[in-house]
Amino acid sequence: MIVATALLLFVLELVRRRRLQERYSVLWLATGLTVLILAAWPALLARIADVLGIVTPANALFVVALGFFLAVMLHFSLVISRLSEQSNRLAQRLAMLEERVGPAPRKADRE
Amino acid sequence: MEAPAISEAAAPGAPFPRCLAIVPAFQERDAIAQVIADIRAHSPVDIVVIDDGSGDGTAAEAVRAGARVITLPFNLGIGSAVQTGYMAAQEGDFDVAIQVDGDGQHPAAEIGKLVTALGESGADIAIGSRFVGERHYRPTFARRVGIAVFARVVSAICGTRITDSTSGFRAGNRRAIALFAAAYPHDYPEVEAVIIAHRAGLRIVEVPVQMRTRQAGRSSITPVRSAYYMLKVLLAVAMLMLRRPVKLPEGS
Repeated sequence: MIVATALLLFVLELVRRRRLQERYSVLWLATGLTVLILAAWPALLARIADVLGIVTPANALFVVALGFFLAVMLHFSLVISRLSEQSNRLAQRLAMLEERVGPAPRKADRE
Repeated sequence: MEAPAISEAAAPGAPFPRCLAIVPAFQERDAIAQVIADIRAHSPVDIVVIDDGSGDGTAAEAVRAGARVITLPFNLGIGSAVQTGYMAAQEGDFDVAIQVDGDGQHPAAEIGKLVTALGESGADIAIGSRFVGERHYRPTFARRVGIAVFARVVSAICGTRITDSTSGFRAGNRRAIALFAAAYPHDYPEVEAVIIAHRAGLRIVEVPVQMRTRQAGRSSITPVRSAYYMLKVLLAVAMLMLRRPVKLPEGS
């Protein structure tokens, strides 16, 4: 419960400082909230464990948390794929523009 | 080649099409000048070298050899480099684009054959194949297996015999240029590109060519990567078939 609260506050603080965009914080906040609710309401956790056929309720918590982490990571992969597609196109356009405009004084090869 | 030299702005319908040789090069400092000289010696084509963020002087070497050079700001991989070439071909309003590897394995002497094949067959893409006609190329066993698998798969999908879909030595007309400028696969792109083209309604022919061994540098395909290469390409091909085909951009 303490951990979940800390996670929530930490994510909110990151958003407040603009280190984390709102759109990318949603999944994290959902994760923190869910874990917090489950930690604060063991009866619900026990029900979920029962439905899923898990003997130890604590393991149900892990399963739920794992599900959220997988969702977060998949989301990251999606974002990364989109970003790399975009940076690819940008690099291509930049290279063509640089060739046309004539190189601003620069070495042909930079590294 | 008996084709006339190409003026800066050939009129449409000129006897020999305006051609751009796209030369993707990644760390080919030692080979690039020879490649450019070879192309010059054999074909009246414009040349653009796409330096894929080499950082080893490849671009400077190509400039010294007199080629037009587009330098990518960082390494994007062969697919994106080639695509940049197609973008340049489209922008420059070329009739034909020919892909020629920057490592010297593609014989410039055969460029004319590819361009002629386009004109004669009416196809949109001509692939220089090592496996039709006379065979001089003897790949290793593992590579033969891979190539055979690709040949089967690609031929089945395209409904025509394509023996060397991994060959990066190919020429395309305006339709191919427009398509590839808009959509080109990223890594290990050759096989996928053939299928993208086929599904966009482009016609593909194979032309027998002889390839040389590399003049310098080393192949991007090491034995370790071969298995990954096969898997990646087969997965990508499967995905391509599940997607709706890429459409040829309007007005091309």
